[in-house]
Amino acid sequence: MKPFTYLSPTTIEEAISFFGEHSQTSKYMAGGTDIIVKVKEGWMEPDFLISLKNIEEMSALHKNEATGELSIGALVTHAVLEKSLMIQNQYPIIYDAVSNIGSLQVRNMGTIGGNLINAVPSADGAIPLIALDGVALLHGPDGERSSEVKDLFIAPYKTILKPGEILKKITIPPQAPNTGSAYMKFGRRAAMELPLIGIGVLLTLDDDLTTCNRARICLGVAAPTPMRALEAENFLIGKEINEEILIEAGNMAAEESKVRDSVRGKAWHRKEMIRVYVKRMGLKCLEIIKNGA
Amino acid sequence: MTTNISFLLNGDEITCDIQDHWTLLHLLREEMGLIGTKEGCGNGECGACTVIVDKLAVNSCLFLAIEADKKNIETIEGLASRDGSLHPLQQSFVENGGIQCGFCSPGMIMSSKALLDENPDADREEIKHALAGNICRCTGYIPIFESVEAAQKRVAENKGGQND
Repeated sequence: MKPFTYLSPTTIEEAISFFGEHSQTSKYMAGGTDIIVKVKEGWMEPDFLISLKNIEEMSALHKNEATGELSIGALVTHAVLEKSLMIQNQYPIIYDAVSNIGSLQVRNMGTIGGNLINAVPSADGAIPLIALDGVALLHGPDGERSSEVKDLFIAPYKTILKPGEILKKITIPPQAPNTGSAYMKFGRRAAMELPLIGIGVLLTLDDDLTTCNRARICLGVAAPTPMRALEAENFLIGKEINEEILIEAGNMAAEESKVRDSVRGKAWHRKEMIRVYVKRMGLKCLEIIKNGA
Repeated sequence: MTTNISFLLNGDEITCDIQDHWTLLHLLREEMGLIGTKEGCGNGECGACTVIVDKLAVNSCLFLAIEADKKNIETIEGLASRDGSLHPLQQSFVENGGIQCGFCSPGMIMSSKALLDENPDADREEIKHALAGNICRCTGYIPIFESVEAAQKRVAENKGGQND
């Protein structure tokens, strides 16, 4: 591995100033599970690695019980999310997604922020945060700004982050009552595998527990960046949710997707799995809502 | 750049100079001669290099040595007692065919230890979930899961004995 100098700032301001001193030759590092591989392979040759691990506020996971807002620091590891009872009980879609990223060893190091910023088309971590209308807070040399998580991605491996900018945290707005959410990573094996397709569904029902008033259908590996199937979502609004309606929504989502052939699978297979899993995840949402009501 | 770090390694306090770009795996194997921890893929895919850092199983091939500073590191070398008697997990892997060629075994056993330290009553599904990042090309995994379960039993029986 090419030698580098490791810098360990304790505040975001300090990290940004380190970056400013060596902007051409530095890289920020979160968990390191991707960046260390890239440096080892020679795909990336930074002279300075600026670790964000010692910036305490970036590792905070906190739900404000008064406002109902959830705040996930970008350096929160997948394992911390997976083990959190609050996440398991109140945000099952996040649990579904993070509990099958890589392996436990990777989840103990890898972070939700790193997963987003890598911006791979399959990012398991992005799908639930998009479904939950998550907002990313960015901090850079020019100050703070925010962006919806769904707008973070421009192309594979490319985000809207400017040089020197850091993803500080993701906030999730309060969830409406009668909301259920679920994610399925579909692949050939359970562990150490990128998904062939990732499907996240979130449904909010009216108090009658049958009529849909909000729907999110989010897909990974279905386009160059994580995407929402907006037509299918709109189709569900105002409808009485049952298996037939969910099958129709699944068909619409499959048509909206921009799936393609790759080494891991064929486009037609991905489309079929979108149909199947939009329905199944929709039914799982209904079950979650009924159990919670 | 050279940096001085201190950490606990299998209960012993260690202070040493390291290069910033060294992985923990490099420090253990190449600098300290602790070759129980194996390098398989070197990319965090196979789990052969698994060690425990502050109670968490991690791939030491991706974990920078500099981040071991002030941490508690456990490796396979720390499991057996100083008199040579094996840890219950090691004994169970030997007795239940959890080891064939042996290359994955240190990583398998360290992942299992991290699991049982946190959740001594882990069921088969939880064991599978915790070991999913450790690849074995010999056993077909079943004897490995059985070894972990046998170790759970052994520990539970020993505890029962102490209470009598």
